[in-house]
Amino acid sequence: MDVEDRRITVTVNGEAHTVEVEPRLLLAHLLRTGLTLTGTHVGCDTTNCGACTVLVDGVPVKSCTMLAVQADGTEVTTVEGLTGHSELHPVQEGFSVEHGLQCGFCTPGMMLTTVALLKENPRPTEDEIRWALSGNLCRCTGYQNIVKAVMWAAEKLDPAGVRA
Amino acid sequence: MYPSKFIYQAPSSMEEALSLLQQYGDEAKILAGGQSLVPMLKLRFATPGVLVDINRVPGLGYHRRESDGGMRVGALCRHRDLERSAVLAEHQPTMHAAAQVIADPIVRNRGTLVGSLCHADPQGDWAAIGVACGATIVATSSRGEREIPLNEFVVGPFENALELDEIATEARFPTARGTCGGYLKLERRIGDFATAGVALSMEASGGRVSRAGIALTGVGPRTIECVAAQDYLRNKALDDAVIEEAARLAADAAQPRSDHRGSADYKRHVVATFLTRLLGRELALAA
Repeated sequence: MDVEDRRITVTVNGEAHTVEVEPRLLLAHLLRTGLTLTGTHVGCDTTNCGACTVLVDGVPVKSCTMLAVQADGTEVTTVEGLTGHSELHPVQEGFSVEHGLQCGFCTPGMMLTTVALLKENPRPTEDEIRWALSGNLCRCTGYQNIVKAVMWAAEKLDPAGVRA
Repeated sequence: MYPSKFIYQAPSSMEEALSLLQQYGDEAKILAGGQSLVPMLKLRFATPGVLVDINRVPGLGYHRRESDGGMRVGALCRHRDLERSAVLAEHQPTMHAAAQVIADPIVRNRGTLVGSLCHADPQGDWAAIGVACGATIVATSSRGEREIPLNEFVVGPFENALELDEIATEARFPTARGTCGGYLKLERRIGDFATAGVALSMEASGGRVSRAGIALTGVGPRTIECVAAQDYLRNKALDDAVIEEAARLAADAAQPRSDHRGSADYKRHVVATFLTRLLGRELALAA
């Protein structure tokens, strides 16, 4: 079948990219291979693990389960977009301080889901954190410290929780 | 994993979407939330020649309550919106309960209720809620609209009753004032398919059950409507003995298979326990 590439414009971490993509290209692969933003990890590739989670217009999405063409016109945030020029994002700081990672493979997805959670709910309870992160799997099973890291970040961010 | 090649179309109006279906016929597949379809494309269980992505068609993201109490859910209403819906929390307890436990939170951000019903996975949650509530699907084509009872809409595993030129544009859940009920689901971990799920939608008047809709997830080759238990409950006042008998009838209606999620007996037991809990909650609330 003759399938034409599509020209799309996606704003990733604040920078607009206009690229030609095959319709079957997954967003995760556009980010990793096309834009060399390898902080987005592909874990299970079957919509289970959430390692590939990015924010699309602020909402956590499994980027292995969305076509790149569908991201046309959207704003995507990857883990690379959390860091300012030098400072860590409070969520990244929380994961560092509270040892919220072991092998680190699930961490980018965990952190992006956390950023969205704290924007919607700046002072989540432990139960709410576990619930919000239930689509992100950590095979090191380090959930205890991940929850602590989110708590730490919630404290650090301003009480209104609008920053993020 | 890459899907096989396909032509991608993203119509910006319903008219355009419908004319694409006419143009491509059985080559075309509708893409809404994509949380089941994209995995199937990647595994190449589905290899459509053309994907018609309706995400840019405006006006399909709604859910609302009609003046008769019925709920209407548009084709692009995400599970996420239903999960957070104050309208559902107040007026539609069965849908409200289900919306919290569909897949996992990230999947809920993209996936749609109407898409789930179209996908017709025998393990899917929404079909049990729809059957218990007596839901219908609105199928739209350039020929007009028709409303299909969910029981007829799902014709088999992963198979629905849509014609090639039709799009499922809305799901309707008749909900009388005072409707009660809920959805209980056992899963090994969040995001797994249900080991067993029980949906109850019930209306009562004068202390008696006037209508009970009961449907089961994950314990048979398709969503199971517990007709015997529904008939048994009609015009009954709930008490412990009535609840026990209804739970027994529901467990009998289940057709579970023993597998890695549990034995057939265990799943039947879960069905009986869940219906006992759901009906017991209504009994306690009524008291």
